[in-house]
Amino acid sequence: MRRHLLSAADLDLADATLILDTAELIDTALAGREVKKLPTLRGRTVVNLFFEDSTRTRISFELAAKRLSADVINFAAKGSSVSKGESLKDTALTLEAMGADAIVCRHSASGAPHRLAEWVQGSVINAGDGTHEHPTQALLDAYTIRRRLGRLDGVRVAIVGDVLHSRVARSNVVLLDTLGAHVTLVAPPTLLPVGVESWPAEISYDLDAVLPKAEVVMMLRVQQERMNASYFPSVREYSRRYGLDARRMAAMSDEAIVMHPGPMNRGMEIAAEVADSVRSTIVEQVSNGLSVRMAVLYLLLGGASTSEAGVA
Amino acid sequence: MTSAAWLIRRVRPYGEQAVDLLLRDGVIADAGHDLKAVGAQILDAGGLIALPGLVDLHTHLREPGREDAETVETGSRAAALGGYTAVHAMANTDPVADTAGVVEQVWRLGRDAGLVDVAPVGAVTVGLGGTRLAELGAMADSPARVRVFSDDGVCVADPALMRRALEYVKAFDGVIAQHAEEPRLTQNAQMHEGVLSARLGLAGWPSVAEEAIIARDVLLAAHVGSRLHVCHLSTRGSVAILARAKADGIPVTCEVTPHHLLLTDECVTGYDPLFKVNPPLRTAEDVDALRAGLAEGTIDAVATDHAPHAMEDKECEWAMARPGMLGLQQALSVAVEAMICTGLLDWRGLADRMSIRPARIGQLDDHGQPLETGRPANLTLIDPDARTVVTPAELASRARNTPYARRELPARVVATFLRGIPTVLDGKAQR
Amino acid sequence: MRAAQNAVQPAAASGRTILDSPAIARVIDRIAHEIIERAGDEHLGELTLLGIPTRGGPLASRLAQRIGLFVDRSADPIPVGSVDITLYRDDLRSRGVRPLSPTCIPDGGIEGRHVVLVDDVLYSGRTVRAALDALREVGRPRVVQLAVLVDRGHRELPIRADYVGKNVPTSAREQVRVSLVETDGIDEVVVR
Repeated sequence: MRRHLLSAADLDLADATLILDTAELIDTALAGREVKKLPTLRGRTVVNLFFEDSTRTRISFELAAKRLSADVINFAAKGSSVSKGESLKDTALTLEAMGADAIVCRHSASGAPHRLAEWVQGSVINAGDGTHEHPTQALLDAYTIRRRLGRLDGVRVAIVGDVLHSRVARSNVVLLDTLGAHVTLVAPPTLLPVGVESWPAEISYDLDAVLPKAEVVMMLRVQQERMNASYFPSVREYSRRYGLDARRMAAMSDEAIVMHPGPMNRGMEIAAEVADSVRSTIVEQVSNGLSVRMAVLYLLLGGASTSEAGVA
Repeated sequence: MTSAAWLIRRVRPYGEQAVDLLLRDGVIADAGHDLKAVGAQILDAGGLIALPGLVDLHTHLREPGREDAETVETGSRAAALGGYTAVHAMANTDPVADTAGVVEQVWRLGRDAGLVDVAPVGAVTVGLGGTRLAELGAMADSPARVRVFSDDGVCVADPALMRRALEYVKAFDGVIAQHAEEPRLTQNAQMHEGVLSARLGLAGWPSVAEEAIIARDVLLAAHVGSRLHVCHLSTRGSVAILARAKADGIPVTCEVTPHHLLLTDECVTGYDPLFKVNPPLRTAEDVDALRAGLAEGTIDAVATDHAPHAMEDKECEWAMARPGMLGLQQALSVAVEAMICTGLLDWRGLADRMSIRPARIGQLDDHGQPLETGRPANLTLIDPDARTVVTPAELASRARNTPYARRELPARVVATFLRGIPTVLDGKAQR
Repeated sequence: MRAAQNAVQPAAASGRTILDSPAIARVIDRIAHEIIERAGDEHLGELTLLGIPTRGGPLASRLAQRIGLFVDRSADPIPVGSVDITLYRDDLRSRGVRPLSPTCIPDGGIEGRHVVLVDDVLYSGRTVRAALDALREVGRPRVVQLAVLVDRGHRELPIRADYVGKNVPTSAREQVRVSLVETDGIDEVVVR
């Protein structure tokens, strides 16, 4: 087990499968219970270090840590010493001195968790860094696919939208490839990065051509700030060419599912009747995120820490 | 200038036949075999190679404004230890070197340090703002005798302004050194745009942003009949454009940094901002093209783009870090690794690219001269067989942002003489 | 990220065999009879067997099957499940991460039931303590008992087994290895 979870690329097939299996076992262990709490990480401290607002991801990690009985500290960059100019390194060393066993880091700069990992003894979990990666999102997506379709190997997944700026897409492409799925990226050419041809994924500019074959359609959020930066002519044109509406959904195969990492722009990349349809896994993704994050926390913190291993 | 005489025994100029060199009164007073000189200090240089003192066209000394990162004195010391006898100090200080007053201050600080000749570069536009020409003539006429003008750090992007600058400096035989970067194509750019930027999720700095400006400026220079110098070439395409321009007889020169001759964008994978630099580290193909361009002379000079930064500007997130890396002290070693160890250049070729041509481009008459009797005694002595592991804490610069930490590099500067006076002896700075 | 796998151990090349296959079968039959006797006719219908993974699982299944046979309950089998105690261990910090095993509570739960926890070896007692913690979160049985194939001593907690297949005095340096057909391809208990 590595000490950190920084990138989906850190996970080989055995690692990724172990996380998904562990999430499933935690799910069954807690199924039907009134008190959904485990004593596993009692005495461990998990710090949520969020330099970017993301209430849903922070809450998910917080609940996951609390269900494992870890102490949780939320450290939001706003209103903290960080906004007074304290460097990431000083923040890291401060948290370390407070005895953080794990730091869950969300940052607007790609690679910030990698820097953090060089400065602290504890585990660092990347909860989304810039336009780089969001590995636990990819894990919960994979977990959701496996629960719905019963498998990942050979599953055909279409990832649709702003791939260029999406950490969700990057992590998913890497992880789904590791798990044996076939990924097709669908986007206007302006929203695909130069160099995307080196990714283990097919590329398409035509959503309608991809939909009938896809078993999973993962819609990416289009950020507000892209809408006026000439990545596409207008919201209407984007929605017409790359939005998933009821008409397009009808072209999908019967068992195919629709995913979205949230938050959604209803009416933009996804129509309300699609988001609320039986194909949609959007609500499940949230609860699955909890199980997957519990699994990651358990696997990173459940054993001897590096400093303790020597005396074990 | 009066000083003790130095007799350098059995040194090999350009790595060729060993001779004795007698340095006296600032010049090479004699060259030959078994020279005798009463009262001269003797330096046994058996096994060492002599090159004319190196000349850097592109150094950031940070003074005035960021003396916490580097001063004229500490930068001069790093330069001398790197085998340099002259450096061009870039204009992006605070205040910007866009007036005769600032360039003269930098020039005087250089004279006071007395380790290398510091030739200030003047800003092309006021405050590097890219809108109004700075008083180029006043800087040329000042005691600093500025001949190289550059907004380095930012590009003179406005084509009309660039044209005027190219034309205007003809009056005093100046040259515009362009930082070629189309700003609209590099907004928020963090690294070379390619396979790795896609994977690392860092905004790309496309090669075309450099090449488009170079192509434009080459055509402008041809149109107005002016001399153009292009800073820090970093792409294969740029080399091709320069080769074509030179073949067409356009008076253009260019430089490449040591780091672009050695490092690639693979260095970025750990997100350590020590490897953040502008223009960014490119691909192995680009490195090969730059080496070939330097070998065949399309690229005129190795120029360090020595860019000291305070620790807090590098020990941070990649996107927040300032671009730039130290270069002066390791430039020769890196050039030896990239060009001599690969057989692409011999020592005479290296002297041409690191001393003779940069001196000519910067119009420094005392530098880049042949190692022969009667010439200024600006030279450096190199142990070609030494190998050194780079230790940041031991560098002379005030900053520590070397990308070569823990790397073993070939060749070591043993001694440097500035007008016959040793600035470095036995690898140690003399003041 | 890889949890320590349960190492597949080679067949006993050395060590002494404490129980062989027929002996294990006899022991299981005896414990089955004891459970029936202690539960009495009154509570036999409340019986639920919960194995502690890994080898407590198959042991619980075998016991349930034998009990069913002895009291002729083939039409109404004894409920069997498993309860993984990994997430309740108090020694996680001193060893590598352990992979989890399934927890499977039979339909009807354990509320008011006569639960027999089943494990292969009783040693420090910490596993049983963790199992009791885990059970507490699932429900409130009327009574909880413990059945083990081997009791090797060295208890660190005030815990004892209600049903013991064989008491085996050991030194702390010795290893007791239980193999079962379901998990290891052979039935035997070896001390090394």
